Order: sequence, then C-alpha cells, then structure tokens
Amino acid sequence: MVELSFGNKVDRFIRRKAPYLFISPFFVFFLVFGAFPIFFALYLSFHDWNGIANSPMVYIGWENYWYTLTDPLFWQALKNTIILTIESSVPQHVLGLFFAFIINLGFVKFKSFFKTTLFLPYITSTVAVSMVFAILFGYPYGFLNYLLVSVNKLPFFQTVFNWLRLDPPLKWLGSTSLMLPAISTQIIWRWTGWNTILYLAGLQTIPQELYEAARVDGAKWYQVFFKITLPSLRPVIQFAVTMSIIGGLQIFNEPFIMVGKDGGTGRAGYTLAMYLYQTGFEWGYFGSAAAISYLVFVLIFIFSFLSRKLLRSDEGVS
Amino acid sequence: MKKLGLLLLILLLVATLSLEAAPKTKITVGVFPALDEAYAAVLPDFYKKYPQIEVEIKSLGFGDHHSQLVTALAAGEGAPDVAAVEIGYIAQFVAEGGLVDLLRPPFNAGRYRNGVTPYTWAQGMSNDGRLIAMPSDIAPGCAFYRRDVFAEHGIKIEEIKTIEDLFEVGKKVSKDLDGDGKNDTWLISDATSIAWMIIRSSPELYFDEQGICQVDSERFRLAFEWAKKFQDNGLAGGIAAWTNEWYVAFQNGTVAYEPSGAWLGGHLKNWMAPDTAGKWGVTEWPALRPGEKRMAGYWGGTFLAIPEQSKNKEEAWAFIEFICTDLNAQKTCFEVADCFPAWMATWEDKIFEEKMDFFAGQQARLLWIDIAKRVPEVVTNRFDNVANSVITTELGAVLQEGKPVDRALQDAKTQIERRVRRGR
Repeated sequence: MVELSFGNKVDRFIRRKAPYLFISPFFVFFLVFGAFPIFFALYLSFHDWNGIANSPMVYIGWENYWYTLTDPLFWQALKNTIILTIESSVPQHVLGLFFAFIINLGFVKFKSFFKTTLFLPYITSTVAVSMVFAILFGYPYGFLNYLLVSVNKLPFFQTVFNWLRLDPPLKWLGSTSLMLPAISTQIIWRWTGWNTILYLAGLQTIPQELYEAARVDGAKWYQVFFKITLPSLRPVIQFAVTMSIIGGLQIFNEPFIMVGKDGGTGRAGYTLAMYLYQTGFEWGYFGSAAAISYLVFVLIFIFSFLSRKLLRSDEGVS
Repeated sequence: MKKLGLLLLILLLVATLSLEAAPKTKITVGVFPALDEAYAAVLPDFYKKYPQIEVEIKSLGFGDHHSQLVTALAAGEGAPDVAAVEIGYIAQFVAEGGLVDLLRPPFNAGRYRNGVTPYTWAQGMSNDGRLIAMPSDIAPGCAFYRRDVFAEHGIKIEEIKTIEDLFEVGKKVSKDLDGDGKNDTWLISDATSIAWMIIRSSPELYFDEQGICQVDSERFRLAFEWAKKFQDNGLAGGIAAWTNEWYVAFQNGTVAYEPSGAWLGGHLKNWMAPDTAGKWGVTEWPALRPGEKRMAGYWGGTFLAIPEQSKNKEEAWAFIEFICTDLNAQKTCFEVADCFPAWMATWEDKIFEEKMDFFAGQQARLLWIDIAKRVPEVVTNRFDNVANSVITTELGAVLQEGKPVDRALQDAKTQIERRVRRGR
C-alpha cells in the first residue's frame, strides 16, 4: 500500500465526507422539526405539564392515556371525526374518479383548462374560502337558504322538503345533523381536484392495448370502466384512500373556522384534532394533548392498515 | 495645533455618539386591533415621561395574538414584554401560568387597587390570590335598542323593568311579515345572549369561593330557561355574531334589541350600520326577577400582563402603569379606539357627559359608568375556561336541539367536575 501524504489524506477525507455535508441540511431540519417533536411528544405523553417553559414536568405514567380513553369528549370527537372522514372522502373519490375518467376520454377538449380549474380549490387560501362558505351557509340570509326558500314556494319542492322534514331556511352550521355535511362540502370542494389529478395520472399508465382489445371484443363503456379501469387503478386508489384517511383523522381547519373552537352546537363538529388543540393550548394539559396525538397516530395506523388489506393490489387484475 | 484641533473634534464626536447611544431599553408590546392605534396615540406622552424606554407595538389579529402568546409561553421565548389579554382568555392564563404576579415587588400593583373598577380588578385576580393582568379597559354590559322600532310599537324603554317585561315586548316586536309561519323581525339576534346576560351579571360565575362547581344553580337554570323561552317563542333570529347577517340585521332594524358591551356602539357607528345614526338608544339590562335590582354584567374588557420570560419587566411595568393609571393615556385610548377606561378617575372628565348623536343625544357614557360600578366582583377560577367551553356547547344543545335544561346542566356539571377532579 502506498503511503499517502498528509495532503492526499485530507483530500480523500473531504472527498469521502463531503457528500454527507451536502445532504446534511435535510437531516438537520428533519431532526429539529421532525424527529425531535415526535419523540418529545412521546416523552411528554407520560408527563403532566402545563405548557409553560420553565414549569416542571411530572412523570405520571399512563394516566394521560387512561384519562383520555375514559373521557366522553374523546369518544364524541372520535365519532365526529370518523363520520366527517367518511362523509368527506367518499364523494371526493367518486367525483375524482368520475372527473378523471371523463377528462381522460379521447374526445374531450381543453384538458389542461379542466385540470387547472379542478385543482384550483386546492391552492386557494383557506381563510378566503371559509368566508365564501360562510356566505353560502349563512342563516337566515345565506345564499343556499335563499335558494331553498325560493324553491320552497313551488309545490313540488314543498312536498320534497316536507317529506324530508326540512323547513327552510336551515341552520346549516347550527344544527347537529346538518353541521357535518356542511363542513364536509368544503373539504370535498378542496380535495376533489387533488384526487382527480391522482386518478388521472393513474389512468394514463393503463396501456391503451387493454382498451383496444376490449373495444374489439365489443365491451360496453361500463364494462370497460369496471373490468379494466377500476382494477388497474387499484394501487392509485389505495394510495389516495390512505391519504384521505390520514388527512381525515386530522381534520382541523374547516370545522375550527366554520363552527368555532368548541365544535358548535352540542360539539357536533368537534374533531379529534380540535380536542387535542383545546386540551393542550386552551386548557393547558400538554401531556394529555401529546397522549391524544399518539392515540390519533395509532388510529391512523390501524385504519391505513385496514384500507391496505381491503384494497390490496396484489389480488391482481381480474 | 491643527492636530490638536482634529483630536478634540474626534473626541467631541465620540462623546456625542456615546451620549446618543445612552442605554435605551426597547420593549415590545403585543396587542390586537384596535389597541394598536390607541397605544400608538399614547406613545408621545409616554416618551416624555420615560425617554430611556423605546416601545415597539406588535399587532396581530384577535385570535392569532392570543394563540401566539400561548405558544410563546410554552416555548419559553418569543413573547412580548407587555401582552394584551382579553377577558375571554384571562382564565386560560390563570390556569396555565406564565404571567407574572403583578402584586409582587417591584410592581406592587396593589396600590392601584382602589382606583380600578372593582369588578375588573377581581377578574384579573386568580382564585389563589395572584393578579395576573392589570385591567386597562372595560366593557360594561348594556343593550342597544332601536328607538324607531320601539316607538312604532308604542313601547317605552322605561317600562322594560324585568326580563318578563322584555319577553312581552319581544312578542310585540317579533313579527312574521310574509306569512310563511316564521318571524322576519326579532327582538334579539341570538338567544344565547339572554343566557350570557344572566350568567355574566351573577355574583358568582361557574364556581363558588371554595371552588365548587355551581353550574346546576338556580341562576344557571334561569339563564338556560329564559334563553330557551325567547328562542321557542320566535323572539330570536338565530343570527350569529360577527356574520354578514348580523350586520344586515342592524342596518335594516330587523333586530330591535342587542345585549352587548359598550364597545358595540363604536362598531355600529363606524362600519356596521353608520346610516342608522340617531335611531339607537342604550339601556340597562332588565332585572332577573320582579323587585330585584337590574342586572349589571360585563361584555368584554382588556388587561395587560407581563410574561415571566420578559427580560425587561420593570420597563414593561412602567408602560402598563402608564396606560392603565395615567388620566390622559386612558382618555386618549378612549377617544382613539373606544377603550372604555378601567381607571375610575378618568370618568370625571367632561367627555363622559357628552350627548352622543348616534344615540339621539343620549348621555350613554354616564349610563355605562353607572353600570360598571354595579357589576359584581368575581374572581377568576382556573377552571373557568373549561367551564365556559362546556356551558357554551350545552347551551347550544338546549337551544338548537331541544335538550332538556336540567339534563344539560347536569351533563355540564359532570364534564366540568371530571376535569376539576383531575386538578393538577
């Protein structure tokens, strides 16, 4: 082995280690803003802490978890969150698939225009959107109520409303039964475009030959959709659904802005993330809030796992 | 010789420079609108008295300001030296801590106790005897009513003595104009304000002095039941505060009576309903029961506090002291941004006798002073925050979903006690 000069050694050291320096920014940021909070929250969840920097943390074992799991508010928030997740994600995916399928059809013109328009809600400011939705759902003079009251003068709609036991103007954001559907419209509005783009990307990976073969065999459009498109999209659907579950269980912004920090009438719009926020930042139980965040994590893990099982892609294309 | 002259010149320059840089302490004051305007207007006077202090006013939106303060207290860094805290958040900081006790030296705020409106001093106090924030402005609770609407129905405001009277008046004012079976004009915008009127004028809030939860008391039952009665009889529009519908109702006179704080008058005049000038009047709340005194409560109010992490506590206190106890400062804040003075000596000023055009020449400010003197003193309990959230949602369930009052209050008590038992 050739004896290396000092200069060469330095040179070799730099050449070997320099790449680590170049990729270090990510790891530094990840450690500070990603890894540290994750582990600190775990540590915190076993302590009692009031959220003031210099006040002591007291180790209390599993008390925070036990308290949360026996808290009726937790179960109410969990129920609301699951309902809201389902009410907001199912239409998102049905609509997303539908739009993607249409845009992907050969004869549709102005594709990029439709793609842009559908995606626009995703990048719109939440505050501006909330103001628009507040006008939409306002009581008693909101736009939706204006429409309902106007059509209520026609006998046909009157019968329909009577049958549904609705009596416009409706308190969209005031009644426990209408609150979650109203909130979910804003979520659907925001995320449908995102899912459309995902599904569109998925559709474009399906080989044209499959469609051609189907056409040759004389398959109808719905047969094509259910026998070719859907099965081939399975991996994309699985990804999109998992993302919806993760997003759904952490819903905070929309209900917080639309019905307030307490979750509105009878806390019907109170989600897990709002429960976490109020427990920590308003009531000062930061240990409990950390425990809630870990419980939410476990829930997300379970639900994602279940959705993976249900939508497993290796069951293959039938 | 030339050299000596140059040397002298340099020395002189250095001397003036170092004089310029004489230690000037900079403090930050975290506020929300419109306090930023009010305090900026006071600064010139403040600098005359304290030339060695430099003040930077940092203003954020109402909600953002408070949540940023909570975060900064948790992080141990980033809080301003002086922080404005609205009454709705006082309980939270009593519970969480992080603000200095202003009764302790070197602040010794106790010496101002007799100068500050008694009830608001009590609100700044925690149930363990700390003054966590100094009252700077108050919001005596009153009701704004439409003179034109009342006159049209032949109602005299003096005749509304009890809440029962108010209810009867409400039945005259609330009308179905288009025959669809629903009222289109109402007495009040939202029935919850009837309950809050009764709750906020109570000699005790959610807890008694021993810390026992009182939400199943007679007072709360009456508060919930009256609110429900106003709601069920169609006297309330179901219009939430701070929505477009709210402003429109004030502009059109579809709501005739709005319980609120003195500050609402400024908003009505400046931007909510400027065209309705002269149509409004201000009145006291009615009595809860016949023969009793009229209810007097609060509907807002601001306090100034010093976070424990502040490195310039004495300078911060100098600022708070100036804003809260200087006659001119209190008057300026009132003139600029309708911050009703908490410092009682300010009330002697002529400005409080002014006949206000917006209220058809009524001397509304004298009425507010009178109300402020009568608001009961209630010390803030560290669990008030939890209780407030629980009561708000249960009240909603009673009004919107027809949940029985007794069950709602029982549920509220269970929920609150669950958290109180946990203690700390």
